[in-house]
Amino acid sequence: MTSLAIEIEAYAAKRRRRSAAATTGLVIVMVGVLAVLAWVLLYVAVQGFSALTPSFFVSNPPGNPSAVGGGFANGILGSLIVVGLAALIAIPLGILAAIYLAEYGRGRWSNAVGFFTDVLIGIPTIVTGAFVYSVWVIHFGFSGFAGSLALAIVMLPLIVRTTTQMLKLVPDSLREASLALGASKRKTVTRIVLPAALPGIITGLMLAVARAMGETAPLLLTALGNDLFTEANPGKRMSTLSLQIFDNAISGFKSGQARAWAGALTLVAIVLVLTFAARFFARRSRVAQ
Amino acid sequence: MTAQAGVDVPVVRPQGRATRWLGGDGAFRVAVTACSAVVLVTIVAMVIFLLVQGFDAMRHYGFFSFLTTARWAPSEATATSSSPNPYGILQFIYGTLITSLIAMILAVPVAVSVALYITNFAPLRLRRGLSSLVDLLAAVPSVVYGFWGIFALLPALKPIGGFLASTLGKVPVIGVAFSGPYFGYSYFAAGVVLAIMVLPIIAAVCREIFATTAGSWKEAATALGATRWEVAMVAVYRPSRTGILGASILGLGRALGETIAVTMVIGNYVLSINKSILGQGATMSSVIANEFTEAVEPFHLQALFVVGFWLLVVALVVNIIARRIVAAQAAL
Repeated sequence: MTSLAIEIEAYAAKRRRRSAAATTGLVIVMVGVLAVLAWVLLYVAVQGFSALTPSFFVSNPPGNPSAVGGGFANGILGSLIVVGLAALIAIPLGILAAIYLAEYGRGRWSNAVGFFTDVLIGIPTIVTGAFVYSVWVIHFGFSGFAGSLALAIVMLPLIVRTTTQMLKLVPDSLREASLALGASKRKTVTRIVLPAALPGIITGLMLAVARAMGETAPLLLTALGNDLFTEANPGKRMSTLSLQIFDNAISGFKSGQARAWAGALTLVAIVLVLTFAARFFARRSRVAQ
Repeated sequence: MTAQAGVDVPVVRPQGRATRWLGGDGAFRVAVTACSAVVLVTIVAMVIFLLVQGFDAMRHYGFFSFLTTARWAPSEATATSSSPNPYGILQFIYGTLITSLIAMILAVPVAVSVALYITNFAPLRLRRGLSSLVDLLAAVPSVVYGFWGIFALLPALKPIGGFLASTLGKVPVIGVAFSGPYFGYSYFAAGVVLAIMVLPIIAAVCREIFATTAGSWKEAATALGATRWEVAMVAVYRPSRTGILGASILGLGRALGETIAVTMVIGNYVLSINKSILGQGATMSSVIANEFTEAVEPFHLQALFVVGFWLLVVALVVNIIARRIVAAQAAL
């Protein structure tokens, strides 16, 4: 071999080594990120299971936060009510707005709506809470419903964005076939396009609900919390699972922290179940793969 | 007018706008358009309502006086005295910026690496699973990160905090930013928690951007004999740099507004700017979460709305810039 060939081969070997080293580096970073995920989930699982008792789901927190035992039954119920009402508000609004963006929207107005939907996703949720406080709580007092309003604002842009994406994935040939058969645009959208995109839309809805379940900051300013008794009336101040975790976590009492760990495990479990269920629907989706 | 007897009058349904309206097409269109307006109305209303709520305090103390002092001492507020303003918010702005900066420095390189690995290096059958796992980081609620942060992360960061204090903390000039002692609750801890929380957001956007880079570039680079790393750099990373910037700013937007986790690990020190990142502080969002329901001093609640207003302004600006950059990259 000539010296030139040797030089070239040496250079190529150096480049291959660099590539291998960089790949190894990326693998290490990837493993590191997965390790952090495992650390968080396992820590919550270990602490949560050691604090979890069956009575956690059926009893309320003790009146004295330093007392041992008790549970977050009222908070779990509160979360279901507050998030449920938020979903009732945000889902129809979000889907209709998405239909506008995907099926009707042309021009500046629709660009503006699409753009500000994304911007709304980035608004701090504590600001959302302060906003709902100023439009609702000032006049009607702290209530579960005020919390629902705040969470609806958190969920709305998430729903609009995923639903719009899913509707846009429905092939135009379906729309054309429907219109050619004489169906009105409304019928085409509600009977053909929406059902075709439904699994994907449900995925988005479940992820939005999961997000709302874990929200705490806006509820501090709206639902406020109520540890004393079970409140099922959304017109009154209400506890949620996330609020009770927050209060008990920073209470400084070992017993309170134990309840908070059990609550954190419950919350993570709910969120993960929703997330995995959402993925299951996504996989069943015909249009979104 | 009646139809003549014995003559079949064919029922011809009137055509055109009117029927389509009555048949629901027009009404449907109006309904969906109205729903789309909710998003815009909400954002505009947020700005107006926060401004209105904070207006009394702004008028009393002066619009910009909040931004010129770094001392937040509600107990010193009285109903009449308007100077000095006891509700300085400079330290909160500083806290928001410094924790977000720490988060960005830690999260951006990691998120880009993870996205690059998943889209270009990982075995094909692992890619979907790895994406889902990274996304799972974003599913963990903020309050859980905060709780985990207090009990798992703060002790784990102790050696790192001690190391920073004993090395960088001894360097002249920049040492003041790393001076110890490190007790746990700090800007630094908040930044680390934020880094973990924004990482999946940045990684997800980067993954999308990397996936849309032209396959032909990759093929061309490979055909020229480039190694896998060189292909990833030349054909994937370089053309995506604008998008990575946009993704990072999106993550920044999230970090600036994150509340509960930060509130739980930052220490909530509100009296001045703590120069060391190993010291305690507060952010714009943490002070609102912490004091909102206990705001009893004169102008206290209004001052918190002033904080909220400025936080909203910062969030709007950052998000608008980020979305424009991401959209520009997507249009390429």
